[in-house]
Amino acid sequence: MSNKSIGWNSKTLKEMLEKSEDLLEKTNHYYGLDHLSLKEQDLFRYERSFASLRGALVSARETALHVAASPIVKEIGELCFALYTPEGDSVVVSTGILVHVHTMSEAVKFMIKEDYENDPGIKLGDIFLNNDPDCGNVHTTDVQTIIPIFWKGELIGWAGGVTHQIDTGGITPGHDLVAAIQRFDDGVYYTCRKIGSNDHIWRDHMINARRSVRTPLYWELDEKCRLAGDLMIRDAVIEFIEREGIDYYKRFIREAIEEGRLILQERVKERLIPGRYRSAAFFDLPMKEEAWQPRAKINKITNMPLEIIIKDDGGLSLCFEGSSGPGANPMNCAKGAMEGGQWVLLTQILIYGDKVNDGAYFAVEKNYPLGTWCNPGDPYLSYQSPWGNLIPAYTSMMKCLSYGLFSRGYREEVVPGYGFTGDGIQGGGIYTSGPLKDQRWALSTFEISGQGLGASAVRDGLDHGYAMWNPEADLGDVETWELFQGGVPYLARSIKPNTAGFGKYRGGTAFAGVAIVAFSKEVDFFGAREGLVFHGAGGMHGGYPNATGYRLYAKNTNMKEIIGSQKEYPLGDDDPSNGEFERLLKGEITRKSYCSIYPVTFENYDLFYHTQSGGPGYGDPLERRLDLVKKDLDNEIYTTDLVYKVYGVVADYNEVKGEWIIDEEKTTERRNVIKDERKTKSVTFEDFWENEKKKITEGRFKEHIKRMYNESLSLSKQWKEEFLNFWDLPDKFTMEVK
Amino acid sequence: MRQYDDKTLERLINGELTWQELKMIIGGRKDSDRFDKVINILQNRVSWKEKIILPLHEHLYIVLNNGERVVKCDCGYEFGNYKENWKKKCRIRVRDAEADINELYPKYMGCDPEWEEIREYYCPGCFTLLDTEVVPPGYPVIFNFLPDIDVFYEKWLGRKAPDK
Repeated sequence: MSNKSIGWNSKTLKEMLEKSEDLLEKTNHYYGLDHLSLKEQDLFRYERSFASLRGALVSARETALHVAASPIVKEIGELCFALYTPEGDSVVVSTGILVHVHTMSEAVKFMIKEDYENDPGIKLGDIFLNNDPDCGNVHTTDVQTIIPIFWKGELIGWAGGVTHQIDTGGITPGHDLVAAIQRFDDGVYYTCRKIGSNDHIWRDHMINARRSVRTPLYWELDEKCRLAGDLMIRDAVIEFIEREGIDYYKRFIREAIEEGRLILQERVKERLIPGRYRSAAFFDLPMKEEAWQPRAKINKITNMPLEIIIKDDGGLSLCFEGSSGPGANPMNCAKGAMEGGQWVLLTQILIYGDKVNDGAYFAVEKNYPLGTWCNPGDPYLSYQSPWGNLIPAYTSMMKCLSYGLFSRGYREEVVPGYGFTGDGIQGGGIYTSGPLKDQRWALSTFEISGQGLGASAVRDGLDHGYAMWNPEADLGDVETWELFQGGVPYLARSIKPNTAGFGKYRGGTAFAGVAIVAFSKEVDFFGAREGLVFHGAGGMHGGYPNATGYRLYAKNTNMKEIIGSQKEYPLGDDDPSNGEFERLLKGEITRKSYCSIYPVTFENYDLFYHTQSGGPGYGDPLERRLDLVKKDLDNEIYTTDLVYKVYGVVADYNEVKGEWIIDEEKTTERRNVIKDERKTKSVTFEDFWENEKKKITEGRFKEHIKRMYNESLSLSKQWKEEFLNFWDLPDKFTMEVK
Repeated sequence: MRQYDDKTLERLINGELTWQELKMIIGGRKDSDRFDKVINILQNRVSWKEKIILPLHEHLYIVLNNGERVVKCDCGYEFGNYKENWKKKCRIRVRDAEADINELYPKYMGCDPEWEEIREYYCPGCFTLLDTEVVPPGYPVIFNFLPDIDVFYEKWLGRKAPDK
């Protein structure tokens, strides 16, 4: 307990936060700043100040990950750092997994609102740990270390660092669990917990943490990594104040955020069009046959409608009215996850290259309706894999803003969406031989960082190189992943044909891999990705969504014999209707049209296949240039039967030249046939409306569809009104669910 | 202020720029005269005379026709007032059976019709595919974009809309 307030001018942190929020609400300017005096007085000093702090944060990140970090952090850079105001608003950020900049902001505000200043106290040298999604995080696997920064007894800011862990001790091994259905399944929770003092992590904490997770070495390395980065930031801030003065620093951090807010508004006015934008995304959770727990045994499809209003002052508002409810599954999203997802997309679409900080956050109004998947209001639900909803939901944001970018003429910025970073198969086991015998290994491959990006309005999407939560995405080296998942050596990794969303410009393509279980026991695998619905909001202006995921694995195989006799084994699943697994293996081969599965137990020589996600397409596929289709065939992005059916292209492989040759005459004929089919197989809107309405009134839906409509209709008066109006249904209309 | 000549913008619209050229445009500051230049290029490309007020889509434009702002395809087909969802004037194909979905997507790689259907919206004039919608059966048609044209022209561009 302390009697002296640590805020500025003897105020408490709570008083400072209340004042900041009050000023924003009353003036619509961050901290009530109606002009940027430091910038006006000395532009060079102002910009140098921002650059020096940003440089310090980037340097802290680069140094810390090389000092001490787990492979997942070191290889892919699954970490980032940020500097916050005393109230918890980010001023400047490092590079890296930027989704977490605003999540830590929420964690600092949680500590302030819970009066940590008095108990447990906030002192120079204190170390706080957080991974609780309900008070500023995405999921428990993202672990944050936050330290206060003081100058002559006053708290002048916070340094925060976050890393993504391979395992946090949940109900099953892994980082995005499928089997978690309540908080108590999510793994170890640190709710803004003090874990150290005098710049030293307490021994009892580290003992507890090591015994709470399946990968204690990586946990410890990453704690040191985060703390090292935070301390470097603290030193840089102190140096900054010694150079520029405390008064300058205090004014500067406010102005930098207000400028960030203004930049977003100006960027909106520069690149978009005011008006109303709408889209909708969906995610399937077919758990009726998969779940262990009785109340989790339901099939669910989540409705994620998004409306964006761009106002005349350049401000944005995001509204998720009509969203489905939460559930006994790990995909529920708390506020921190929603804010993080939104923030990271803003930094990629609109505010890259300028003052990237929480100013952008303050320029956006949001409505996450209480009681829905995006604001359940219940901390006892599971929040272990909110990405399952978050990632598809925010494709709508990219798509909506792309409509504006297109109309404004900035076609090169259009991106209708991105692939789902999901199907890195997860799990773990125990080594039965070698130098790590009897030690646990965990499988959380971050190949998922390499998904297909959507096409733009002027070119194809980026192939296997995008993750929505990390602008520096990279699928990584197989050899590095095998360092910590040695029980599943890779047999193959290659382009997965026909995964890129079709269009005049195609989406980025996906890749896939085959792995074998080896030298291990007690091996469990699971995975999550859309499978029965397309990912996100689909394509744009006539482009199609990228292919869905599915599940394929083989148990009790004859791989030992195949290896011994050096016979051919599966290297992929290019044609699922004539699979290599079935053709080359003996054993129990399982295919499922859905992709999210609870853990399956594997033995040595069992095989699994995983496929990443392509990106959605743009424009009518019949308008795709023939030279691009030829390139697709030569590079095995698409197969010849698919380009015939979808792109109307007739091609033959020339064995001598080793390339595909397109028959332009036959292609013209084929494209005319497709156009004719469009005429004969389409109906007027009125006929479509009648047919579609019958599906509703005659109750032809499966239970999961009825449940989706029932939830949206009961949770949102606005969505219900629009639904009933559109289909001309009576006010009393309901969708009965058993 | 950064500017691009008409030839460069024509090549951009045609998808003809190399990655090296495109990268400079994506990475650089935006050219504030882009909107007007692109509209001029598009106006010269269409065969009809109505004034384009706002490009809405790869093939659709909001144009002025007899004092009304209507959505028009580059083939000449008109979809009515821009405040109504132009999809309601389209010819529509619904792929809600496995066989129809597998005409496009390989087995296991498309949606399950018990969970989601594919709606294809064609221009009734030229039968260009204008939009695809992937939604659960019974989902209302989505009205993707309703621009506020007057605010855009008057408050953001500082001039009246062409019809005002």
